[in-house]
Amino acid sequence: MSPSTFARRLASRRRQLASAAIVAVALGLLGMLYAAIAPRGSAATSADPAVDEGRSLFQSLSCASCHGLNGEGGKRAPSLIGVGAAAVDFQMGTGRMPLQQHGAEAPRKRPVASEGDILKVAAYVASLGPGPAIPQFDAADWQKADTAYGGALFRTNCAQCHNFAGSGGALTYGKYAPSLSDATPTQIYEAMITGPENMPVFGDKQITPDQKLAIINYVRTIKTQADPGGVGLGRVGPVTETVVGWLVGIGVLVIVTIWIGARA
Amino acid sequence: MASMGETAARQGLRYVDDRFGSASFLRRSFNKVFPDHWSFLLGEIALYSFVILLLTGTYLTLFFHASTEVVTYNGSYAPLRGVQMTDAYASTLHMSFDVRGGLLMRQIHHWAAVLFVMSIAVHMMRVFFTGAFRKPRTINWHIGVTLFILATLEGFAGYSLPDDLLSGTGLRIAYSVMESIPVVGTYLAYFVFGSDFPSTSGDFIPRLFIIHVLLVPGILLALISAHMMIIWHQKHTDFPGPGKTEHNVVGSPFFPTFVIKTNGFLFLVFGVCAFLGAFAQINPVWLYGPYNASQVSAGSQPDWYIFFLEGSLRLMPNLESNFWGHTISWNIFVPGVILPGIMFNLLYVYPSLEAWITKDKAYHNLLQRPRDVPTRTALGVFGLTFYAILYLGGQNDVLANTFHWSLQSTTWVMRVLIIIGPFIAYYVTKRWALGLRHKDEERLHHGEETGIIRRLPSGEYIEVHEPLPAQRQAILAMQLGHDLPDHAELPSGNGHHSNGQGNGQAPGIGRPVGAMARAREALEGFFFERHDSPKSGPGDDDPKTLTRP
Ligand code: HEC
Ligand code: HEC
Ligand code: HEM
Repeated sequence: MSPSTFARRLASRRRQLASAAIVAVALGLLGMLYAAIAPRGSAATSADPAVDEGRSLFQSLSCASCHGLNGEGGKRAPSLIGVGAAAVDFQMGTGRMPLQQHGAEAPRKRPVASEGDILKVAAYVASLGPGPAIPQFDAADWQKADTAYGGALFRTNCAQCHNFAGSGGALTYGKYAPSLSDATPTQIYEAMITGPENMPVFGDKQITPDQKLAIINYVRTIKTQADPGGVGLGRVGPVTETVVGWLVGIGVLVIVTIWIGARA
Repeated sequence: MASMGETAARQGLRYVDDRFGSASFLRRSFNKVFPDHWSFLLGEIALYSFVILLLTGTYLTLFFHASTEVVTYNGSYAPLRGVQMTDAYASTLHMSFDVRGGLLMRQIHHWAAVLFVMSIAVHMMRVFFTGAFRKPRTINWHIGVTLFILATLEGFAGYSLPDDLLSGTGLRIAYSVMESIPVVGTYLAYFVFGSDFPSTSGDFIPRLFIIHVLLVPGILLALISAHMMIIWHQKHTDFPGPGKTEHNVVGSPFFPTFVIKTNGFLFLVFGVCAFLGAFAQINPVWLYGPYNASQVSAGSQPDWYIFFLEGSLRLMPNLESNFWGHTISWNIFVPGVILPGIMFNLLYVYPSLEAWITKDKAYHNLLQRPRDVPTRTALGVFGLTFYAILYLGGQNDVLANTFHWSLQSTTWVMRVLIIIGPFIAYYVTKRWALGLRHKDEERLHHGEETGIIRRLPSGEYIEVHEPLPAQRQAILAMQLGHDLPDHAELPSGNGHHSNGQGNGQAPGIGRPVGAMARAREALEGFFFERHDSPKSGPGDDDPKTLTRP
């Protein structure tokens, strides 16, 4: 893609995102207003039925037991005021929340709540304070983004933790950057704007929305792309190649040498 | 089949002889005898993978551009199209995606390289643990160690040629290792790379290319030839066995038996490399991306033969000192330069060191089993354990990620292990070897267990032993070193191995004089610790065994 088309595409995306952002901010302000004027406690009600249902799900799904009755946080978990709908959608959609066990890091699991319920909880948490909204884009948006550019961005911003092919990597003290093979495009986007746990937040100033879509396209492209050289061996580089070298290469040859020797 | 081949060969011989009069040499060669033990084929894996490297490497040179000129990729691998990269990287992509058979050749080449160094390592272990490096084969051991080092260098150079993100990261480390050498480091690194790193002068990749395709392969070829000629001249060693002595070689004649066998083996090595090249992806440089100094990937590992260096760098605690404004990075210099220097030098000197300690000046054509020389075996395992921990240390991030360990704890556990692990391994190996020896001694002197239990008149139960057949006894005695001239049971102290080829006059004979001699005496005591002590003479221990009448 030539730089000028790229810039044009960037501009049009910016416009779209700008309007989305205005709506999000307006909704967020509305939420804050509600949070401010609505009576405190579990008996609180709001005009948006999704927020109400979200609030009760927040309790029945045990979120409140860690994050506090109103998501204000506590000893066991951070405050959710201002984390936004995107964080909830990411955390619940990847099954990380509700957290089952305190460990070095919350692992990806099967989500416990339905998609609809997740959106309700997200709406509720969004109503607590303004934060990033769930990004809205469809497959066509990221599929037309520039893969190669996304690849370069990926290697600059993500590979040091997630490895060159998104296969994952170790961080300090038992923490790790997970493999990206299960993440949906929306979750990849959400991960970038919310920065779960040890991952930094990549705001729109660091990585523009278009660049984010390009990264998503790259991650998805190499994930679905077949390995032209045969079995991919986990795409972690020489470590697994070496295991195969010892076991299949030297292993087979030594067994055959022993066999030849025995027949002599 | 063989006889037909033989006639053809004899005709060929006559043809050559008519012209060069060299048939007697060829005939002698054809009738050369090669022993049969499986472990003697390990070196051949190395030889054949080298042949594969030459063949496939030549194909790669047809398409590889050793150039750091920056180009915009426009080939058929879409996820990199439009990206700026060096021509070296672009040509590797081109080779992988747009040249017929290019990817297969690259992969066979790379697998062969991996197997080449692996088989050298395994071959070396065989030579070490069987004592094949002893006189008169010490020079060939030195050549072998050089081959191992050069193969490692060759592999590293090849791995670095495509200028991808992973190998570039490796080069950056190599640069800082060179830089860490006190005083000359900076100049040396600058001199080798032709500029700072990453290379801005464009000299480096072309240099690496010549090193990789001409210089090192040339030296390898010459040294491999020397290695083979020495083997040819000195003849192969063999384990003690029926009819085998220090002065003969028992096995199959070189032609046709060995040739057929070894040709079959050649195809087998080709087959394994081709199989791996076809079905197991190796070095997918398109996933790594082009080298870019501002990028680094998790799990950036070199090829396996560099793991130990990567590991020593990772395990070394952070240590730097400052002298007159110069910083010495011990944390790089010690693990990156000093340690491998010591390791390879130990490999070089070991044969002479052992001969000096044991006062062994004899010629040896018969091999020892690992258990026959417990101290050497245990020292070997000591070294291997040390190496293995460095090797694992070089991949601790991948291990931590795979098994969900804490990266820090793997580092600390390995730091502890690297200090105590080799000693534990030494102790366990030594006990194990001594145990096996002890069992052998028992079998030699009391015969084999029969499983028959007999009750003595006293009411005690004992197991009946059956003496070994005379031949087995003789072989076992030989293996245990009882009957060999060079391993005769001599009282410790002077000239253990004084027979051999008649030059056993060890200089340390008699009373040790001077610190050096005393040290030597002490080392000798350490080396022979128990397996010489007159412990297991016939019928000394366990009087409750009976020999079946
Ligand atoms: C067992 C306690 C526990 C439960 C139950 C739990 N959480 Fe959490 N949650 C945590 C902890 C601890 C963290 C911070 C570490 C992390 O991000 O994994 C966290 C983080 C989060 C975050 C990310 C905050 C940020 O700064 O980005 C969100 C969003 C979240 N939780 C939502 C929920 C929701 C929604 C539920 C209910 C479905 C829930 N949690 C249930 C303990 C819990
Ligand atoms: C400093 C290291 C670091 C960097 C850089 C980083 N991440 Fe992450 N990433 C993490 C960690 C740690 C997690 C796991 C968070 C958790 O479990 O709560 C994660 C999680 C994710 C997930 C969720 C995966 C899943 O399956 O649940 C995605 C998607 C993701 N990252 C994408 C990216 C992208 C895209 C970039 C580059 C723009 C990036 N990350 C950069 C450390 C990093
Ligand atoms: C002696 C003849 C050899 C020639 C002519 C040769 C040639 C080449 C060339 C041109 C390349 C770059 C192309 C590429 O990266 O795919 C290459 C890569 C490489 N060579 Fe060699 N080589 C030879 C021997 C060896 C040996 C003995 C080793 C190992 C000990 C070795 C290991 C490698 C490795 C690891 C690579 C990287 C390959 C890859 O990118 O997958 N080569 N070689």
